[in-house]
Amino acid sequence: MAGSDDIVLADLSDEELVQQMHDDLYDGLKAEIEEGVHILLKRGWTPYRTLTEALVEGMRIVGIDFRDGILFVPEVLMSANAMKAGMSILRPLLVETGAPRVGKMVIGTVKGDIHDIGKNLVTMMMEGAGFEVIDLGINNGVEKYLEAIAEHQPDILGMSALLTTTMPYMKVVIDALKEKGIRDDIVVLVGGAPLNEDFAKAIGADSYCRDAAVAVETAKSYMMRKHNQRAGTAG
Amino acid sequence: MASRLEELLSQRGRLLADGATGTNLFEMGLLSGDAPELWNASEPEKIRALHRSFVDAGADIILTNTFGCNRRRLMLHKAEDRTRELNRLAAEIARSVADAAGRPVIVAGSVGPTGDLLIPLGPLSEDEAMEVFVEQIEGLKAGGVDVIWIETMSAIEEMRAAARAAIKVGMPYAVTATFDTAGRTMMGATPEAVATFLKELKPGPVAIGANCGVGASDLIYSVMQITAAVPDAVVIAKGNCGIPRFVGEKVEYTGTPAVMAEYTRLALDAGARIVGGCCGTSPGHLFAMRQALDSHQLRERPDVARIIECIGPLAAPPADAGAEPARRRTGRRRAG
Repeated sequence: MAGSDDIVLADLSDEELVQQMHDDLYDGLKAEIEEGVHILLKRGWTPYRTLTEALVEGMRIVGIDFRDGILFVPEVLMSANAMKAGMSILRPLLVETGAPRVGKMVIGTVKGDIHDIGKNLVTMMMEGAGFEVIDLGINNGVEKYLEAIAEHQPDILGMSALLTTTMPYMKVVIDALKEKGIRDDIVVLVGGAPLNEDFAKAIGADSYCRDAAVAVETAKSYMMRKHNQRAGTAG
Repeated sequence: MASRLEELLSQRGRLLADGATGTNLFEMGLLSGDAPELWNASEPEKIRALHRSFVDAGADIILTNTFGCNRRRLMLHKAEDRTRELNRLAAEIARSVADAAGRPVIVAGSVGPTGDLLIPLGPLSEDEAMEVFVEQIEGLKAGGVDVIWIETMSAIEEMRAAARAAIKVGMPYAVTATFDTAGRTMMGATPEAVATFLKELKPGPVAIGANCGVGASDLIYSVMQITAAVPDAVVIAKGNCGIPRFVGEKVEYTGTPAVMAEYTRLALDAGARIVGGCCGTSPGHLFAMRQALDSHQLRERPDVARIIECIGPLAAPPADAGAEPARRRTGRRRAG
C-alpha cells in the first residue's frame, strides 16, 4: 500500500503532477492544489488547460464517487474547498486570457429554507466544471430569483430545498417564470433531499438533480443541446 | 429515576409516536416558506387541533411544533429573540392536549438541526451549537415537555452537541438521525456508527433511531442496522409516508394507510419499539398504524428482500459493496 514518502511536486513531470493533483483534490489538500497550480502555470500551461486538466478532471472523479455513495458531504466539501483555492488563482488569469465559458447559472435556496450545504456544493462543482455561477444564498423569494435572472441572463436556474415545508415553493417560482413568459428561456434544475424526479416534473422543472455531481452532468448536457441547436439554426 | 417515556414503555412494550407536523400544517393553511414555529404564538388553536388529531388517532407520544425553533433558524424569520418563548408556548400547547387525553400521552420536545455545518466544514463550533440547543431546550422544559426529541440529525458532532445540551438542562432525551444518502446520513455516518456513538453517551439517550429520509423502506433498513448494532437499545422508527409528489396544486405522499400499517409491522419485526410517521403521515395513516401496532404478532426479522416485497424498493440504496472508487491512486501521499 501507499508509503508516506515525501513528494516534491516540482520534481514531478507534468503528467505525474496532474495525477497527483487529482489525488490531492480527492484528499481535499488545499495548499498542495495551490502549489500545483502555480507550478503548472510556471511551466507555461495556459490557465484554461490548468483548469480543465487538473482541477475540472479531478473534481469529475470526486463527483463520480460522491454520486456512487463512496464519498459523502464532508469529504466533498474539503475537495471543493481545495478546488476553490486553485480556482481563485486561475480566475483573474482566465478573465485576462478570455477563456471559453461553459455557461451561466443563477442558484439559490428557496424562501424559508436555511439549508445551503447542497446548494454550496452544486455551486462549487459547477464552478469547478467551468460555469459562471451567481449564488443568491439562502431564503430567496420569487422577486429575488426574478431580479437575478433579469440582471444576469443565466442559461440555468438552480433551486434547492431541504425541507418538505419549503420544497413546494419551487413551484411558486416556476409559475412566476411562466407568468412572465420567460420560463422557456431558461433551464430550471432543482435539487434537495426530499425531492424526486416525478416531483420535479410535476412542478414544471426541467430536471431533478439528485446531487451536485448529477447537477453538473445535467447542466453540461443542456448546454450541449443548446449549443447544437444554435449550430443547427446557424447552418 | 425512570423518565415518563421509559415508564410508559415498560408498561406497554411498544409505543406509537405521532405523524407529520409541517406537511399537515399545510393542510391548515401554512404557506410554503413560512415558519411553522411562529404558529405556536399566532395560531395556537391550529397547533392544538393537530396534536389532538394525533392523540385521537391513538398516539402515545406527540412532538412539539419546534423542529426549526432554534436561534440559527429563527433568524431567517427575524424571530431569533423569541426562541425561548416559542418553545415554551409550543410545549404548553402540546402539554395541554396530552393532559386532557384521559390516558398517558408523552410530550416530546422536537429539536431539529441548526442548519449550519460545524467546524471545520462550517461556521459553528460544537460548543456554540450546544448553546443554541440549550436555549431551545430550556424553553421546552419551561413549557413542560417530558422528554427532548432530537431528530433528523446527520452529523455526529451535532448530535453530541444536542445531547450535551439536554444533559446540561437536566432532561431525558431521544435521538434519531436521517439516513437519506446511500444508506447513510448526508454526512456519511452509517446507522451502525450513529448507534454505537449514541450508546457511549453518559447519561445515554432513552431511545435512538431513524426518522424522515427518503421513504419507508429505506428507513426500515436503517432501523435493522441499528437494532443489529445495539440490540438492547430502545429503537425508534419514524419514517416518511412514502415519497412526495405533486397532485394538482397540492403535495401528496405516496404512502397509503395500508402501506403505513405494513411499515409499522415491519418496524416491529426489525426490533423497533417506538413507531411513528414523519413527513406526509396524517392522522388517518396514524390510526391504521395504531391498529397494526396493537394487533401485530412479531414475525421473524425481515431482510431487504422482504422489505421490498412488503412496502416497495429502497429509494436510495447503499453503495454496492463491490463498487470500485473512480479514483486511481498513484500510490503515494504527500507527507506533511
